[in-house]
Amino acid sequence: MLTGLLTEALVVSAFLFVVGTFGVLVRRNAIIMFLCIELQLNAVNLSFVALSRALGIEGQLYVFFVMTVAAAEAAVGLAIIISIFRHYETVNVNNFNLLKW
Amino acid sequence: MTLPLGYFALQEGHEIQAAAHGPAGEAFEPFLPGLVILLPLIGFLLNGALALAASRRSADSLRGGVELDFFEGGNRPLTHRLPTWIGPGVLGLAFLIVLVNFTRMLGADLHEPIIRHYWTWMNTGAFEVDVALQLDQLSMIMMMVVTGVGFLIHVFSVGYMGDDQGYPRYFAYLNLFVFFMLILVMGASFLLMFVGWEGVGFCSYILIGYWFTDREKADSGKKAFIVNRIGDLGFLAAMFLLFAGFGSFGGFGTLNFVEIFHDAPDALVYGGGIVTAITLCLLLGATGKSAQIPLYVWLPDAMAGPTPVSALIHAATMVTAGVYMVARTSVLFALAPVGGLSVALIGALTALFAATIGLAQYDIKRVLAYSTISQLGYMFVGVGVGAYAAGVFHLMTHAFFKALLFLGSGAVIHSMHHALHHTHNHADPQDMRNMGGLKKFMPITWITMWIATLAIAGIWPFAGFFSKDEIIWYAGARAAGTYGAWFTLIWIMALAAAMITAVYMTRLMIMTFHGKNRTGQEEAKHLHEAPWVMWVPLAILAALSIFGGWVNVPHAISDSFLGGYGLLPMSEWLHDWLHPIAGVATEIQATGAGEFSHHAPLFGGGELLWAVLSTVAALVVVLVTARIVGGFKYLPASESPAPKGFKKVLYMKYYIDELYDRIIVQPLIKASRFAWKVIDAGIVDGIANGLGNLARAFGWFGSLFQTGSVNTYALFLAIGVLVILGVVAF
Repeated sequence: MLTGLLTEALVVSAFLFVVGTFGVLVRRNAIIMFLCIELQLNAVNLSFVALSRALGIEGQLYVFFVMTVAAAEAAVGLAIIISIFRHYETVNVNNFNLLKW
Repeated sequence: MTLPLGYFALQEGHEIQAAAHGPAGEAFEPFLPGLVILLPLIGFLLNGALALAASRRSADSLRGGVELDFFEGGNRPLTHRLPTWIGPGVLGLAFLIVLVNFTRMLGADLHEPIIRHYWTWMNTGAFEVDVALQLDQLSMIMMMVVTGVGFLIHVFSVGYMGDDQGYPRYFAYLNLFVFFMLILVMGASFLLMFVGWEGVGFCSYILIGYWFTDREKADSGKKAFIVNRIGDLGFLAAMFLLFAGFGSFGGFGTLNFVEIFHDAPDALVYGGGIVTAITLCLLLGATGKSAQIPLYVWLPDAMAGPTPVSALIHAATMVTAGVYMVARTSVLFALAPVGGLSVALIGALTALFAATIGLAQYDIKRVLAYSTISQLGYMFVGVGVGAYAAGVFHLMTHAFFKALLFLGSGAVIHSMHHALHHTHNHADPQDMRNMGGLKKFMPITWITMWIATLAIAGIWPFAGFFSKDEIIWYAGARAAGTYGAWFTLIWIMALAAAMITAVYMTRLMIMTFHGKNRTGQEEAKHLHEAPWVMWVPLAILAALSIFGGWVNVPHAISDSFLGGYGLLPMSEWLHDWLHPIAGVATEIQATGAGEFSHHAPLFGGGELLWAVLSTVAALVVVLVTARIVGGFKYLPASESPAPKGFKKVLYMKYYIDELYDRIIVQPLIKASRFAWKVIDAGIVDGIANGLGNLARAFGWFGSLFQTGSVNTYALFLAIGVLVILGVVAF
């Protein structure tokens, strides 16, 4: 039972990760891209939790780390997006390509 | 090397006595030799400071939009009063010190040079050069000439340059020149001599271009400097050969005169390739500095400088440096008969060649310039045939009478300039066609210049007679030995040049001082004799031009009527005086190439006969020329027709300048332009720019990936992760 659930959990995790990656690559709305990154992180969290059942408690420990980092990242990232929106009145990343040489 | 200035004077270094004294006579005790050099340097610094102060005032005034006249309202500022005392003053003091040394040396018995060692200049491995002065009979004669004649010319300059705005600058330069000239003649090694050699070359350059706002004059300075560079290359090559050797000859490993000349007879093969190469390189250097064929072209143009400069640098001292150098290195030239012959041959050719050009020039200073070149040729003949004393003798007497001629011409130009200036006439104050009949206005200048003319023409008993006659005689006396035919040729050329000398000098005197006055009536009222500060030096030099030759009356002449039956004192004094310097060389030459014979080539006859013949011939030439030239009807320059035929060829100086321009200068300019436009701007810059462009192209390609879009970066990131995962997995 345990092993069967593990497989399913990992498949869901992989699916979520691919959806997140796809979203980051194709969407242009900064908020959506941000959500997709969260999706990737949580896909990884899911696989951590699933694997911890089989391999030990450390996997669950890492999930807390990931969530902490995600929270910090969300705070900073949203702040940046808000300040960009104030400036350009848009969150479409095609409109701010300042990261060139 | 930072030493206090007083080092020279106060702490006279430690002394190296080169060798034991002779049995008789007391030792020579030098008296402050360092101060002789130091004094002109002090003069340069003081005058230079004054010149800078003056130029600052002038520049401040210019910034305010006014060109400053230092002499406004008849008030000379301090910067233009002090040089009058500093400039000639330091020279006078230096001359007194030299005089003390000279009298001491006269009383002493000196067989080997005294070396005054001050400090080690550079010491790199095997190469060590000391700052050391050499005091011996030859350098003493040169010091006497440089400081003595130099002092007189400095005094003359006070009058001649008195109205010049750059008065302190002028004296600063002149003092600096004397400083370097003294290093040249007193330096105890080839390198120190070279320092002086380059230094006087530089001073010559700044003094020729003294009136640098005139483009032509500035260019003349550059010409002198550049032509001298070619000669300096020869000097340098000779030094390298002497120091490091070549092939089987290992070099001397030093540049000190004493050691090289001591070792040379053993170390170098007589007539060998090395010593010949060394002497020919030295000769190249000498032709540059002493204005001999083929490098003489700068000296006539050097007349662009102030006339006292022409007298001091381009007649009496600097241009004789080549002669001094050959006399100094006499041992080497004696060891290389071909080298000595080349010196004499070039000298004879130059003497004749330049004398013919002098025949057709109208600029009074140009005539004297070619005369100087010609007389330097005589000195070369003298030292070339091995009569070193005769060469140095002519150097000395020439310094007297040629300085006198230049200063006299300076007095004439000064007077002409004032006269033409008063009437705002723009005629050339140096063109002899504009002069004529000046003896009435300037009797002292007239008489003194006639004395110098008779001296240079070689008329008994003036100075030039003894020195020139001796050179010609010794040239002929070599005809019996090795290369006799060449020496016969040199002898004939020297005789011919002596006659031409008499012609052009008489022509100069007649055109300038005799006949009808051609300045114009209004101008003639303003012609005047030079002030005392100018004519006193003339008079002293005139006395030296008369008596200066008596220090070396040949034995063969002294007891005859030409020597006043022994009344003329000091028979062959200079010859004996220079024996410690030239004796070794004379011995080597006598064994190698034969003794001087006692009769002239081709016609026979002794020294006395030829002396009589030459002075009578010169006198006849002077009289005949005076008569012929006196008969010519000269017109002022503006009305004169241009010279035609061969006279034009002479007037145009055989088109040598044009020839050099065509075969050297223009190709050089073209080659330089090619090197600039094609090689540098095209190839070198092309490669450098090409590399730059290549890097830029790569950069451009790389920048295509930097879109600035977050998604693209994320895509590359994802691809990268996939690639890494792929590599790890498989």
